[in-house]
Amino acid sequence: MAVNNTETMTINMGPQHPSTHGVLQLILELDGEIVVKATPHIGFLHRGIEKLSEHRTYHQTIPLTDRLDYLAPMSNNLGYVLAVEKLLGMTDEIPERVQRIRVIMAELTRLKSHLVWLACHALDIGAMTVFLYCFRERENITDIYEKVSGARMTSNYFRVGGLSADLPDGLEQEIRTFAESMPAHIEEYEGLLTGNRIWQKRTIGVGKISAEAAIDIGITGPALRASGVDWDLRRDNPYSGYEDYDFEVPVREGCDTFDRYKVRLDEMRQASRIILQALDKLKPGPILADCPKIVLPNKQDVVNNIESLIHHFKIVTEGFKPEPGEIYQSVEAPKGELGFYLISDGSSHPFRMKIRPPSFVNLQGLPQMVEGRLLADVIAVIGTLDIVLGEIDR
Amino acid sequence: MSDQKIVEKLKAKFSSEVLDVVVYRGETTVTVKKEQIVDICTFMRDKLGYNLLCDLCGVDYMGKEPRFMVVYNLYNITTKQRIRIKAPVTEEDASIDTVSTVWGTANWHERECWDLMGITFNNHPDLRRILMPADWEGHPLRKDYPLQGPDREPYQGRLS
Repeated sequence: MAVNNTETMTINMGPQHPSTHGVLQLILELDGEIVVKATPHIGFLHRGIEKLSEHRTYHQTIPLTDRLDYLAPMSNNLGYVLAVEKLLGMTDEIPERVQRIRVIMAELTRLKSHLVWLACHALDIGAMTVFLYCFRERENITDIYEKVSGARMTSNYFRVGGLSADLPDGLEQEIRTFAESMPAHIEEYEGLLTGNRIWQKRTIGVGKISAEAAIDIGITGPALRASGVDWDLRRDNPYSGYEDYDFEVPVREGCDTFDRYKVRLDEMRQASRIILQALDKLKPGPILADCPKIVLPNKQDVVNNIESLIHHFKIVTEGFKPEPGEIYQSVEAPKGELGFYLISDGSSHPFRMKIRPPSFVNLQGLPQMVEGRLLADVIAVIGTLDIVLGEIDR
Repeated sequence: MSDQKIVEKLKAKFSSEVLDVVVYRGETTVTVKKEQIVDICTFMRDKLGYNLLCDLCGVDYMGKEPRFMVVYNLYNITTKQRIRIKAPVTEEDASIDTVSTVWGTANWHERECWDLMGITFNNHPDLRRILMPADWEGHPLRKDYPLQGPDREPYQGRLS
């Protein structure tokens, strides 16, 4: 009996599935092995960070931002503290040393995030070795994190107006050694993947998205640059002294998974360059801005003079109060444009904090990248979009 | 083109729609009436080059009239400029037209805004909850929604 069955089949992928990188659920409508329709379901990790921030002081919100993109905590910290500093109008008062250290940490974070991306992306597609190599280098960055902030992942290192602590002795040399070794490691990864025929077959021409479609759907960061749009916030709307560094913005025209892979690897090379330049320019100096009403005073002064004691008491019990107003500040996070829209009503809590998470917006492009393609390509596209559900669900 | 010139062009085209222009910390915010928001956004995209909608969100000014504000953060990838458009929305008629026809990215942002803030987007292709569970009641980011959730005792300790 010959039956010509043309029905589509609906299958469920996630939220407990290792290749969905967290708790992403995809409802896939399949015609054989071809994806007809893909519907992402998100929100399984929603913690209400925006709501919580309305009930905390500006400083108490910093640890919440660590938990957005938990693979790149310092980028989130940076975006948030820059936003608060802009709201307070103290952007020009940040000491040079602070800006340099912030850049070093932000670029280390970019390396850290891209390493996890490459490791998991390659593992999903079937290349096990790369995973182990990448995590070897990532371990070095987590060690640096631990030395500066005490935590390996949720760093909470930046403060409004500066840093929580200076770099410990000897760490500059350690970062330098690491950044110098990084290009050779990137060559290793490329040696395992770029010329590999299986890798090429799984990535070239997969998940194509044109520049116009990518801008329409809001894709930013490396994924947009691989579609030929030459735009990087670090160069075009510089913050934290990025205008002082000499770096290239890698752009490719292929619009596919392979080119997104190449763009991110090139970004890692540029990140190592920026770190080395920042270390060369790093000079001793204060690590907090001279704004006594905003920045906590030196502990020695708190016990010795009344003015510092009052400032300390006021900042700890009440927090500082920016003038009423609203600002939007964004940074080039490893995954794309991370924006903070802050509204102050003159109290010591944010009246409204809206986070623009790059992964949330990039994930929106997934259906049009996979529809009409094979089921196996969905895995490659989830990997290439580099999503983190902590940031998507907030 | 400076922000001032852009605002002038917008005013010339939609003179009766622009309610207010504020410049704060170098950022320009234009408040417009909500009725012609789709036309205004199309004009911003096609004539003034704001091709990327970075962010869209709702703000709850409880106790003020009108209660809500829908905020559009726009970016021009060619000239690297930003501008912010805001449209007031009242509590009685908490709705505004969708701009997902202008920028595809608005789709999920508007779903989120409806989910968390309870502002309806007319003609939206797929207005469902996105972050909260499908059967959730209420809109958590509204100022009158308790921080601890609807069915729990308020937290008595200090949350400053």
